[in-house]
Amino acid sequence: MTATGLYTPRPGAAPLPRMIAAQAVLETKMLLRNGEQLLLTVVIPTLLLVLFSSVDIVDTGAGRAVDFLAPGVLALAVMSTAFTGQAIATGFERRYGVLKRLASSPLPRWGLMTAKTASVLVTEVLQVILLTVVALALGWSPHGNPLAVLLLLLLGTAAFSGLGLLMAGTLKAEATLAAANLVFLLLLVGGGVIVPLEKFPGAAQTVLGLLPLSALSDGLRDVLRHGAGVPWGDLGILAVWAVVGLAAAGRFFRWE
Amino acid sequence: MRSEPVVQVQALVKRYGAKTAVNGLDLVARPGVTAVLGPNGAGKTTTVETCEGYRTPDSGTVRVLGLDPVRQSAELRPRIGVMLQSGGVYSGARAEEMLRHVAGLHAHPLDVDALIERLGLGSCGRTPYRRLSGGQQQRLALAMAVVGRPELVFLDEPTAGLDPQARRATWDLVRDLRADGVSVILTTHYMDEAEELADDVAVIDEGRVIAQGSPEELCRGGAENTLRFTGRPGLDVGSLLKALPADCTAAELTPGAYRVVAAKVDPQLLATVTSWCAQHGVMPDRISVERHTLEDVFLELTGKELRS
Repeated sequence: MTATGLYTPRPGAAPLPRMIAAQAVLETKMLLRNGEQLLLTVVIPTLLLVLFSSVDIVDTGAGRAVDFLAPGVLALAVMSTAFTGQAIATGFERRYGVLKRLASSPLPRWGLMTAKTASVLVTEVLQVILLTVVALALGWSPHGNPLAVLLLLLLGTAAFSGLGLLMAGTLKAEATLAAANLVFLLLLVGGGVIVPLEKFPGAAQTVLGLLPLSALSDGLRDVLRHGAGVPWGDLGILAVWAVVGLAAAGRFFRWE
Repeated sequence: MRSEPVVQVQALVKRYGAKTAVNGLDLVARPGVTAVLGPNGAGKTTTVETCEGYRTPDSGTVRVLGLDPVRQSAELRPRIGVMLQSGGVYSGARAEEMLRHVAGLHAHPLDVDALIERLGLGSCGRTPYRRLSGGQQQRLALAMAVVGRPELVFLDEPTAGLDPQARRATWDLVRDLRADGVSVILTTHYMDEAEELADDVAVIDEGRVIAQGSPEELCRGGAENTLRFTGRPGLDVGSLLKALPADCTAAELTPGAYRVVAAKVDPQLLATVTSWCAQHGVMPDRISVERHTLEDVFLELTGKELRS
């Protein structure tokens, strides 16, 4: 046993921006490599958009079906990534000690969460591009202020991320998997994505309208379909969900 | 060794609900390799994880490289390497990809290719973590712990369940780390691992350190001090003890298995034992003279087998 000098200590953290960027790239790769995640974030929204736009299954009211469906499917895409996908992935990372191991690396915890958010946003950009191209091909004619759309997407992402991380950080991984998929399915039906909320009984409409997915799809529809200004009501609902969800996640999230 | 301790634990207490995992533990680890030896559930992992900053002590103080692992975590983390008992890798990440990622979080990492080669991970570099064998997963975790060129490495049961060859490779790496001035704290319930690798062994049981010293010190100079023989069960050990010199101990470990411990087993002692056997009409099978092992030390200190 002789000293080779190969392992002589030379500790040090990489520069913070480099660490966060590397982490975001890895998180995005993991997401795009995962078949179940792609089913949820890409295949299902695209399929729903194509199917319900071209086949007259659900009465979406006056006007072209795609004009009703495209904003709802965009909202669904945001939920699938920021909430469902993020909750399931983070739940299993917690279960398999990934979060724990990274917590003793030079990357600070807030750096890890920043990287996760960046990875969610990158995925959403890809989803929006894909779904927009498909919707345009189906004859979609969007209106409205792009800034209002961006604001809705960002607040929606914040709201869904908070709820997803709250779930991932408190429940067991299997419970998160089941619950996140169930919520996805229930909101797909009751969140104003495919079925207009007007189809539900009056009392139910009020309650359903307060759900984050309903607020996001309604807000996007107001702007993109009807060319409305800034939908403050929907933004307000999303803001409340974002504040409550993120605060609860910050308070109750357990790393292992 | 006069150098500053790398780890100083004083009167550490850590409870999980009603269960006390660590109960007033004191431990000083100097530069070099320190083994924390004890059975499952003794409090090894809790102690090490408190040093790594994962757990906040209920009472007592912990200093690692002079820093508080919880309050000064940001300063400490780049200087230590951590190998968890299991997991720690994205199930879909490829072995090499994950190692490169961890390397990238450090300012002056080791050469990743050389490390992969060294630990025999070359053949599975493109394999997703979930499809690696247990041994490969463990070697990857070890590589992740050292790739950042830390001053101090924590290895929690680094060779549990490894085949002999992989175990050797791990031991060789620990020796090389030590030779290059990296300190290592490792937990183990293999006494041979502690004897092979450690400069210093802390024997831990029920949340306390019950003995600490070099393997030689703990095994009383490493002399051949243990005589074992088998005979019919239930022999009068008290009578045997009377025949032996005053500093000896004798015990029936399991029915029919006897052990005599002395400062040094010499021909005279052997003759004494065999003549006592002759007087009592006992045919002593399988007489052996051997070194006192850490396993014996542990048994003496606690009355328990190490691998319980």
